[in-house]
Amino acid sequence: MPIGRGLRTLSISTVAAMGVALGLVFFYAPIEAEEGFLQKIFYLHVPLAIVSLCGFVLGGLMAIAHLRTRDQRWDLRSYVTIHMSLILGVVVLLTGAIWARGSWGHWWVWSEPTLVSFLIVMLLYATYQPLRFAIEDPERQARYASVFAITAGAFVPMNFLAVRLSSSYLHPRVLGSSSNLPPPMALTFGVSLGAMALLFATLCSYELAAKRTRILLKSSSRILGYR
Amino acid sequence: MTDNPPTANDARRSSARPPGLAATVGALLGKDLLVELRTLESVPGMSLFAVSTFVVFHFALNQNTVSGDEAAGILWVTLLFAAMLGVNRLFVADAEQGGFDGFLLAPVDRSAMLVAKALALLAYLIVLELVAVPAFGLLLLGSPLGQALPGLLAVLALADVGIAVIGTLIAALAVRTRARDLLGPLLALPLLVPVVIGGARASSPLLSIVHPGGLQLRWLGTLGLYDLVFGLIAYAVFDFLLED
Repeated sequence: MPIGRGLRTLSISTVAAMGVALGLVFFYAPIEAEEGFLQKIFYLHVPLAIVSLCGFVLGGLMAIAHLRTRDQRWDLRSYVTIHMSLILGVVVLLTGAIWARGSWGHWWVWSEPTLVSFLIVMLLYATYQPLRFAIEDPERQARYASVFAITAGAFVPMNFLAVRLSSSYLHPRVLGSSSNLPPPMALTFGVSLGAMALLFATLCSYELAAKRTRILLKSSSRILGYR
Repeated sequence: MTDNPPTANDARRSSARPPGLAATVGALLGKDLLVELRTLESVPGMSLFAVSTFVVFHFALNQNTVSGDEAAGILWVTLLFAAMLGVNRLFVADAEQGGFDGFLLAPVDRSAMLVAKALALLAYLIVLELVAVPAFGLLLLGSPLGQALPGLLAVLALADVGIAVIGTLIAALAVRTRARDLLGPLLALPLLVPVVIGGARASSPLLSIVHPGGLQLRWLGTLGLYDLVFGLIAYAVFDFLLED
């Protein structure tokens, strides 16, 4: 398969979806009664968090595929997925802090179990790259990274369960899940989620294409005798 | 100890059939415990670290006695960090002195290494707690330790299994990296947060003076689920760490 095929279609549809999503967020979704305009950050924060967590779990599934097939491409996919999830995760923590500051007056609240769980997950995945690049042999590096990705992928739901249990005095959740949303908000949320998922897929495809090109360049310059 | 692990020799002697899992685990565990008994590299250090940490907590918090949430927090932070010392050393001898090579040459199930090392770490943790928990009761705890002990033992047992499993997996992941002393705790601490949540929340009412309470089953359930999930995962992925 040629490197980078379909990137243009993917990019254009991402831009279109992001445009529609932002349009809905700012012009269609109603202003929330209690939190006002600030609540709009929900359409950025929550979809990004969902996409990023799914990316972490997906990275674990790709790592399973790598260990089963011994195909290095699966390891590359797993690496890129986790890398992108980490970058989106930083945005999630930042938007979460802004939201907490706006609605509760503090940059950080321990009473919001989802945010706390997310921080723990981020702290764990922040060690993925230090672990990976502390191993020199490329084959072992891929294998060890996959073992980490599988363990950490399983840790994500386990951690959410434990942290949620620990916050017995649950903070009243204004708009935590999409189940109790009024229809216009639910629609906007759904479109935002789709747009963020597309954005994630596009960013991953770009990084994958760049990495594959670099690998190809290295191997061809080796064949041609360049250094 | 300079010679190969006993399994390699055992397998050579009985050339007809490779030893079973239980025999391999027994041999590896025996070797690890014997090495620890002769060198005393991990357990005394872990215990001493725990007692020193209690002293540090006394001065850092400026309190003579603690109870409830505070007591549970101090106990679990201390045990967790002391366990990290053992985790960091768990595979060092095998990686540096050819233990891995000897094991890989033997015609035995690779998972035996996980089970044996986890059992060895569990044994270290039990000895650590035999020192640290009475020391904690003596030095810092405000409420009598005796009444909390039965419940505390159940919590410690479940948490120890989780720490032993994750500790073994992480130790094996980190030992052949360049920055293993740094990576071990960095990887293990976030992974062990659910154990701390379960352990500390379960033991807090046991150590409380004002509202002494019983054991809450949901924390034991959380710890048990954690042990089960990560036990299975470690069993599934551990072989891949021992391939070269």
